[in-house]
Amino acid sequence: MRRYFLRKLLTYLVTFFIAATIDWLIPRMMPGNPIASLVTRSCTGCSPEFAQAMVTHYQNLFGLDKSLPEQFIGFWVSLVQGDLGLSIYGNGRPVASMIMGAAPYTLAVLVPAILLSWIIGNTAGAIAARRRWLDNTVLPVGYVLTATPYMWLGLVVAFVLSFQLRWFPMSLGYSQNLEPSLTIDFFLDLVSHWIMPFMSLFLVMFGGWAIGMRNMIIYELESDYSRYLEALGAPQGLIRNYAFRNAMLPQITGLALQLGVIVAGSLVTEIVFQYPGVGQLVFNAIKSEDYFLLQGIFLFIIIGVLAANFIVDIVYVIVDPRTRVAMRGGTA
Amino acid sequence: MTAATQSTTTDGADPSAVATPGPAKRARGDVLFFALRSKKFLISVSILTVLALVAIFGPIIDSTDPYAQLGFPFQPPSGDPGSLFGTDYFGNDVFAQFANGLRATFFVGFLGGGLGALIGMVVGFVGGYIGGWVDEVLAVFTNILLVIPTLAVLLVIASYLPSELRGVPFEAIFIGLTSWPWAARAIRAQTFSLRSRDFVDLAKLSGRRSWKIIAFEIAPNMSSYLFLTFILLFGGAILIGASLDFIGLGPHDGITLGLMMYNAVAWGALTLGWWWWFIPPGIGIMAAVGSLYVMNVGLDEIFNPKLREM
Repeated sequence: MRRYFLRKLLTYLVTFFIAATIDWLIPRMMPGNPIASLVTRSCTGCSPEFAQAMVTHYQNLFGLDKSLPEQFIGFWVSLVQGDLGLSIYGNGRPVASMIMGAAPYTLAVLVPAILLSWIIGNTAGAIAARRRWLDNTVLPVGYVLTATPYMWLGLVVAFVLSFQLRWFPMSLGYSQNLEPSLTIDFFLDLVSHWIMPFMSLFLVMFGGWAIGMRNMIIYELESDYSRYLEALGAPQGLIRNYAFRNAMLPQITGLALQLGVIVAGSLVTEIVFQYPGVGQLVFNAIKSEDYFLLQGIFLFIIIGVLAANFIVDIVYVIVDPRTRVAMRGGTA
Repeated sequence: MTAATQSTTTDGADPSAVATPGPAKRARGDVLFFALRSKKFLISVSILTVLALVAIFGPIIDSTDPYAQLGFPFQPPSGDPGSLFGTDYFGNDVFAQFANGLRATFFVGFLGGGLGALIGMVVGFVGGYIGGWVDEVLAVFTNILLVIPTLAVLLVIASYLPSELRGVPFEAIFIGLTSWPWAARAIRAQTFSLRSRDFVDLAKLSGRRSWKIIAFEIAPNMSSYLFLTFILLFGGAILIGASLDFIGLGPHDGITLGLMMYNAVAWGALTLGWWWWFIPPGIGIMAAVGSLYVMNVGLDEIFNPKLREM
């Protein structure tokens, strides 16, 4: 078992290395001089002296005066030290601390939305697979939800629940007239701002899981073992139970494969609600052409997705007894 | 792509799902027979046709420049054919933006999805057919790219790209270049299961070149599967493109449905309740992508007799 996880861990480390290298490579591979275009874009109408000062400033920041291998090593040294550079948007604040400030908001929306939509979506899909009338509602609703762009569902939720019904505040992480504190009032305020981004993420994901589970169950019920159990006269409930357990495994793999899309969805959802998470940071970084911040967020997302993948690997081993048997050298 | 569609493709790597070679003529008749009786297929194709017609002919019939000031700002939709969907903050015609945006959206989906399918096919066929170390190297590469979130890479690339290059075609190409890994993995699995079939062995014995065997023996036997992969990549590319536009990395010239939503949010359509500005683009994307997904399931049932309900 240890060998299995060590191998997985190694794969993820290699993946991270490659991703970080891409991150380092992209600005250096862009057509033309990235620094020149950065300067012309961020200071239209600057005096030539000022523009020249900007160029030297960027050159020092990127370390472009050094040779490529030196730049590459320098990049990794500062990365290991947790130094992601300074943010232009944050008026010189370290990028790492800005991301750490935004991350709790993103995780608070993302993690419950992923887990709850996965559990409830799979349950709904499994139930739909056995009742025709329910299937006829869950399936179309699921397809509509899963084809909905995350930000648009966010816009609709905000328009209906906030603009029309005035149930929840439309934007930001907490009311601006409150000081962040450990009081019940502040907590309730946080929740009322949290609920709409959470809800729109949850709904889009829910559709996907419900359809996936419904299709998997039907597929499993057609398979030989189900047919055999049926022929033996096993109760329907037992057969469905087996089908559910087998159908769950691809759904766990599906979760790992979907993480990238889900993270992207949470980024755009945050932008709709101006929720102060990483997505809002991305939005502002792009608007103020803050490349260090963007590159830092890129690395942060990669690390998060890889860590989540590793957790999924562990869960898979716990859920699927066959992988454990195989690891001990037996055959399933 | 979505969880649902993905799990049917990647995990449904069932060799029996590949159409068994039979009398070609009858099989084609069968496909048409079942296609005309599949509700899923008919409904989704109708919706896609309507959207495509709007995308193709909308900008021709209503030749309003999407960025031309048409009339009064933020007029709600009226029966007046001049402003079917109303106007936005700048008095631009929302319908003109919608029709032109839909065009760009289909373009991104078609080019991005097509390119993704092409790369996925090449990588999947080569890995699955040749095997050995080539397969191992391709598999490692594919699995690494599979884990890296596409949007994060596109974010960094698009933000560094000089703005004059940031157009709809580039967006489509970037999406195509990054969206293929899951397709490659699924196609590789299918190729692998076809590789040891008798007719492939026979072709090998007759001394045909590898690429010819792939193109004329293996690919035709999984053509339905390849087409379904393309459809899913098509839908996925539309969604990724819309997200990129919405984040603020959209094209600097022209209009897309994602850019419409970006503009609507940027100019406060939500706080002011101008729903007609941001509702149409979302419905356009949802209808296009949803129809593609439903068409995928419908076609799956048509091609694969085991899944047919009728």
